Amino acid sequence: MYALVDCNNFYASCERVFQPHLIGKPIVILSNNDGCIISRSDEAKALGIPMGAPEFKVRAELKQKNIHVFSSNYPLYGDLSSRVMKILESFTPHIEPYSIDEAFLNFDGMSIPDFHDYGSKMKYRLQKWLSIPVSIGFADTKALSKVANKIARKFPEKTKGVYVIDTEEKRIKALKWTKIEDVWGIGFRLNKKMKAKNINTAYDFTLPHNEAFIKKEMGVVGMRLKYELEGKSVLDLDLPKDRKTIAITRSFDGNITTFDEMKERVSTFATVCAEKLRKQKSCCNNVIVYLRKDKYKTERQHYNFYKMETIPFSSNSSITISNIAVKMLKNMFEEGEIYKKAGVIVTGIIPENQKQFHLFEEENPKHLKLMKVMDDYFKKTGERKIRLGNQDLQRTWKMKQNHLSKKYTTDFKDILKISCQ
Amino acid sequence: MSIKNTFSFFLPDLEHKNGQAFVSDGIKAGFPSPAADFDETTVSLDNVLVKNRETTFYAKANGNSMIGAGIDNGDIMVIDRSLEPMNNKIAVCCIDGEFTVKRIKIEKDCVFLVPENKEFQPIKVTEENELIIWGIVTYVIKSV
Repeated sequence: MYALVDCNNFYASCERVFQPHLIGKPIVILSNNDGCIISRSDEAKALGIPMGAPEFKVRAELKQKNIHVFSSNYPLYGDLSSRVMKILESFTPHIEPYSIDEAFLNFDGMSIPDFHDYGSKMKYRLQKWLSIPVSIGFADTKALSKVANKIARKFPEKTKGVYVIDTEEKRIKALKWTKIEDVWGIGFRLNKKMKAKNINTAYDFTLPHNEAFIKKEMGVVGMRLKYELEGKSVLDLDLPKDRKTIAITRSFDGNITTFDEMKERVSTFATVCAEKLRKQKSCCNNVIVYLRKDKYKTERQHYNFYKMETIPFSSNSSITISNIAVKMLKNMFEEGEIYKKAGVIVTGIIPENQKQFHLFEEENPKHLKLMKVMDDYFKKTGERKIRLGNQDLQRTWKMKQNHLSKKYTTDFKDILKISCQ
Repeated sequence: MSIKNTFSFFLPDLEHKNGQAFVSDGIKAGFPSPAADFDETTVSLDNVLVKNRETTFYAKANGNSMIGAGIDNGDIMVIDRSLEPMNNKIAVCCIDGEFTVKRIKIEKDCVFLVPENKEFQPIKVTEENELIIWGIVTYVIKSV
């Protein structure tokens, strides 16, 4: 048996843990830089605030409808997420954290007489211990547990937030209820194709006469999904691994039009990527630079630009990665154009200790020592004061966070203050 | 629903970050350090104050209503949210959306939130109130 545990409106729920007066009130959370809405409480959804809406477009509406607005507070959400995962581990040792707010659990080899009851205990415990509301779906496969989860979330009164698909009858009823666009792995593009083929529900997806079409469109991935929805488990838990790509991208406050300014940004993004690689003790093989022009001021339709280069050796040195990124930027940057966004992405990530050594090209061994000094200094002071020559010392790594709540659990200065009046 | 602590999965703590006294005289020739046999971990306040890492939170007391219980203005409270609320425990309560720290007194048909300072009145929790016992205060840390 598998389960999918999903935290309801996770970011909004995290804000409420330390501000209980917001329980029952509408809340929205904004993305990095206070760009657009990325999480809404049920109350905000009911008021018709759309997901993904840019903040400036709905600012007046938010104010008029008395909706509480927060900047994203990732240190807080990350801490609560890891607490949720740890508590789930006390119910089964087999757990795959799937995202910050959901996890797959597997109960093979455990004798649990009543999964609904067991799920209720999990839900109650996360509510009582952390004030995080969750929905839980149980089924024989991962894909079906996603379906069961959706039902639990959609019908809280009837299911009490826990739904178990444990009979053939329930499975078919659930598949007929599930719209094709809500099936795990069916994105926007596939959804359109499915609809054109008259596949409107998860049930239609499993019908024998659609098999050839699914095979053609989705290949082995589609067949796996079909088996999963039929109740034959083919996907196991993916155990947590280090991330496969690291991306640092930012929209600029204003415009960037000069090469020097852009070089500074790209170099900074590259050093932060390298820093993250070193933190998880890995190296990368590829560096990608991404630029985005102002889409309203470009004549051509093309406004996103990517370039990738493979490093001759695996690296996590800020100097190496920054040099490569700046070299690529030189070939991409067009003087006189207006740029709105840029980023550096590193891929081909491998553990530091599995690095292949090369005969002719190798990283300058001095980098390793230098990076250690930089990392130690940053760890000790929390400031990135040691930087590369093409970075701007004055510039600080600051995002627009006008509605930030406190770091209640990760910064001692910010712990909860409780009135004793 | 009655939930008791009946679950029995425990995973080994492989990420224990607390310091360990390091005795480095292992390989050298000559007389080994007699202290090596008593190589024990260093004292860690975390281990004493935090029984349940996932459910422990810290908060600062703001006010004087609990000075009789040793909680002074500005003290840091260690709160474990996994402990069951019981009569006479000091709890962080959330009454009608506001946090407060009080001692819980459970009477036959009602609950009182009792301050530990004569100048403050106990709060009688009625049916109109919404009360959540947020967590139980387990330790108080004060600077002297």
